[in-house]
Amino acid sequence: MTSISVLKQREKQIYQKGKQPFEMTCDTKSLAGAVSQRACVFCGSRVVLYPIADALHLIHGPIGCASYTWDIRGAQSSGPELHRMSFSTDLSETDIIYGGEKKLKRALLELIDKYSPKAAFIYCTCIVGIIGDDVDAVCRQVEEETHIPVIAVHSEGFKGTKKDGYKAACDALFSLIERNKTPRITIPDSINILGEFNIGGETWMIKKYYEAMGVKVVSVITGDGRVDEVMQAGNAALNVVQCSGSVTHLAKQMEKEYGIPFIRVSYFGIEDTSDALYQVAVFFDKNPEILKKTQDLIKKEVQAIIPRLETMKKDLEGKKAAIYVGGAFKAFSLIKALKTLGMEVILAGSQTGTQEDYEVLRQMCNEGTVILDDSNPLELAKYSVEKDADLFIGGVKERPIAYKMGIGFCDHNHERKIPLVGFEGMVNFAKEVHGTVTSPVWDLVPRRQKPAGKEGAI
Amino acid sequence: MLLRHTPKEIKARKALAINPAKTCQPIGAMYAGLGIHGCLPHSHGSQGCCAYHRSTLTRHYREPIMAATSSFTEGASVFGGQANLLQAFLTIFTTYDPDIVAVHTTCLSETIGDDVNQIVKKAKADGTIPEGKYVIHTPTPSYVGSHVTGFSNMVKAMAVQLAEKTGKSNGKVNIVPGFVEPSDMVEMKRIAGMLGVETILFPDTSGILNGPLTGKFQMYPKGGVTIDELKRTGDSIGSIGLGAWASADAVRALDTQLKVPCQVHDLPIGLLATDRFVDALRTVAGVSVPDTVTQERGQLLDVISDMQPHLYGKKVAIAGDPDQVIALTEFLVTMGMKPVHIVTGTPGKAFTKRIKEVTARFGDDINVKGPGDLFLLHQWIKNEPVDLLICNTYGKYIARDEDIPFVRHGFPILDRIGHSYFPSVGYKGGLHLLEKILGALMDRTDRDAPEERFELVE
Repeated sequence: MTSISVLKQREKQIYQKGKQPFEMTCDTKSLAGAVSQRACVFCGSRVVLYPIADALHLIHGPIGCASYTWDIRGAQSSGPELHRMSFSTDLSETDIIYGGEKKLKRALLELIDKYSPKAAFIYCTCIVGIIGDDVDAVCRQVEEETHIPVIAVHSEGFKGTKKDGYKAACDALFSLIERNKTPRITIPDSINILGEFNIGGETWMIKKYYEAMGVKVVSVITGDGRVDEVMQAGNAALNVVQCSGSVTHLAKQMEKEYGIPFIRVSYFGIEDTSDALYQVAVFFDKNPEILKKTQDLIKKEVQAIIPRLETMKKDLEGKKAAIYVGGAFKAFSLIKALKTLGMEVILAGSQTGTQEDYEVLRQMCNEGTVILDDSNPLELAKYSVEKDADLFIGGVKERPIAYKMGIGFCDHNHERKIPLVGFEGMVNFAKEVHGTVTSPVWDLVPRRQKPAGKEGAI
Repeated sequence: MLLRHTPKEIKARKALAINPAKTCQPIGAMYAGLGIHGCLPHSHGSQGCCAYHRSTLTRHYREPIMAATSSFTEGASVFGGQANLLQAFLTIFTTYDPDIVAVHTTCLSETIGDDVNQIVKKAKADGTIPEGKYVIHTPTPSYVGSHVTGFSNMVKAMAVQLAEKTGKSNGKVNIVPGFVEPSDMVEMKRIAGMLGVETILFPDTSGILNGPLTGKFQMYPKGGVTIDELKRTGDSIGSIGLGAWASADAVRALDTQLKVPCQVHDLPIGLLATDRFVDALRTVAGVSVPDTVTQERGQLLDVISDMQPHLYGKKVAIAGDPDQVIALTEFLVTMGMKPVHIVTGTPGKAFTKRIKEVTARFGDDINVKGPGDLFLLHQWIKNEPVDLLICNTYGKYIARDEDIPFVRHGFPILDRIGHSYFPSVGYKGGLHLLEKILGALMDRTDRDAPEERFELVE
């Protein structure tokens, strides 16, 4: 393993701070043959839209795309749970030859009749793009017959990266919002929460903060989402966008068409959460009550958690973390949060970062930190071990790699089970990190066993 | 929760699958490929397919799953994927250095009509596939069959594309284990070892997908059938294919092409099916059954009779892959239980016929459907409740909604461990299954018993 060479073509997607001039290539298609950790367009659309719980989500394609995305993200709903069912047109060979339009229409009518959903999203998969089904036409017909919004999501897998899937989902959402024909009004002191998916109940925590501040939440896109609520989104005074990658496109569209401004925030860590809430308060400065309430809220919350964080920080001071996440924005927040806990980041990477994102990352990191775009298991393993990480933060595919090497792991992707946003979330995050980093099991793994250095090095 | 989305009234559905009991071919082919030592499975299609399969296998095995992808783009979908596959070979052999690559296709590459056979030939001719390295390949269109079909296709490709006949017998028996767990593969080898039969078992994921924590990340862990062994399958004295859906094609191909006589049997789950497996080994290799095997058989029979009062007449619903479900059903019937609702997602007319055979003592009193889905199974259960559900992880929705004791069995299991370490085949495996079944049933009895009938001794 000492001889792991970095793929020649990937040299420009890896940067080690301080070692060479900064020039990062990113936003590229993955190299064919690479063991990439990336997903496809469909995946991007599916994760953005799926939390809308009273809509029908029908996957038009062979069975796999539906099977692999059946209820795999814990996007919680306080009411209906239609989104947790798996519906597929289950295309077979004859459909590929003769087209799947009739089957799609029949499936839609049957499902709408059975479940009376408030809207229907039809996800186009790779094959639909190739056999040329006119999904838009079918949607129009069914919408006329059933009088609910029936929207095609153009998420054919091969049409780009996961990011393009986010865009397709945003187009679908905007098309839903556009179907609201009542004249737009601007509700005072009101916002839409964008890019928040209620994993582990996080939406509810954030909403609670805004309520305490006296800010009205018109809609959440799409955590604990409802069709009617999303359709009211045009009436908000401000869009507050979390998760930079997924819904910025929608925010921009709403800015252009409705003149609703947007701000980008993160609710992860004390610093970023406070900053997010302040930004909103400052935006509504005509109502000084809001700023006052925000100050009180933040003060109260921070005071409540600091002692708890300090206790854990004692054990975490100086420990090293590797981060590999979907969007770069999340990486920024994680770095700050880890700093709060006294930890050092030795590797930071994302699947979909942009040039500017990586520049920010570079500025945030210490000398020697490795920065990666669209990485693969070999690189992640190589650098984690070289830099002697105590913690790896990533998603499902990274978890067993970290564990195999005997490194603690924290899931910061959709398989996390506890809320990590906001002030309370920071305590949860610290608990998770503390639990895994200080686990006695790592004393038993070869890397840490004495005499060190014998079996340890890769 | 999902309860309120599943009506009791059953209407015929033509156009759609709800809550599928299957997934698509490529993941089966990927799993099979992982059972060759030093193999990197390759998915010829969009990035998402590969990401989904790796994620699902990672969740099921809790091990790193390595596989590469052709990373199709819009261009590839218009002009064909040849350039992508050639680039992929280059990337794979220069960076990841596997001994062999197992290429499977996807709905996308199948529909645009890529001729993988021709592309591989070209790559061999021009040295893109280096001397001494191997590439095997199989078409796995997602719109035909299921993950079991994909597994079967890749196993057949292993045999047909690698096996050679020197004319000199190696005295070994080929075993194709079916779409089973690594633990099952170990158990099959152990049983053959007890009989003194030398075997070549392929694919063999033991050691690869249930490996130890070594402190290192290894692309190609110890374990798996070797390329040399696969080559020598042509010189074996016979082949035993376990499970008609997953294994018959491979052993039959060896029979017709290289005259290695084959037998196809049910998966050796339960007493009778294990008897047939042992007998097949005995006759093919010309050995006698040692006392140690008879002893294990006697133990299983002993426990079944000890626990008769808890098993007799219990109604069971089962869903899973056809080979698994057939053997399981027979096992339950043997023990006096009554499987009343039986579903597989995988097509194949022989399924219903075989289930009718093993449940003959109950006449027409059995619901059986192949291909069906879990929605239908749930509806059947609503109409005729059962005492036990045996299904993969997705059964947990039904088990919770209907409050039924639940034993997880099959693929995928996303929320428990054990399947990769404890077998369900062979007499020992039967004992393990029985322990799980009785545990589920008797825990329920204890939970529901009013205080005066809560018994210490059961």
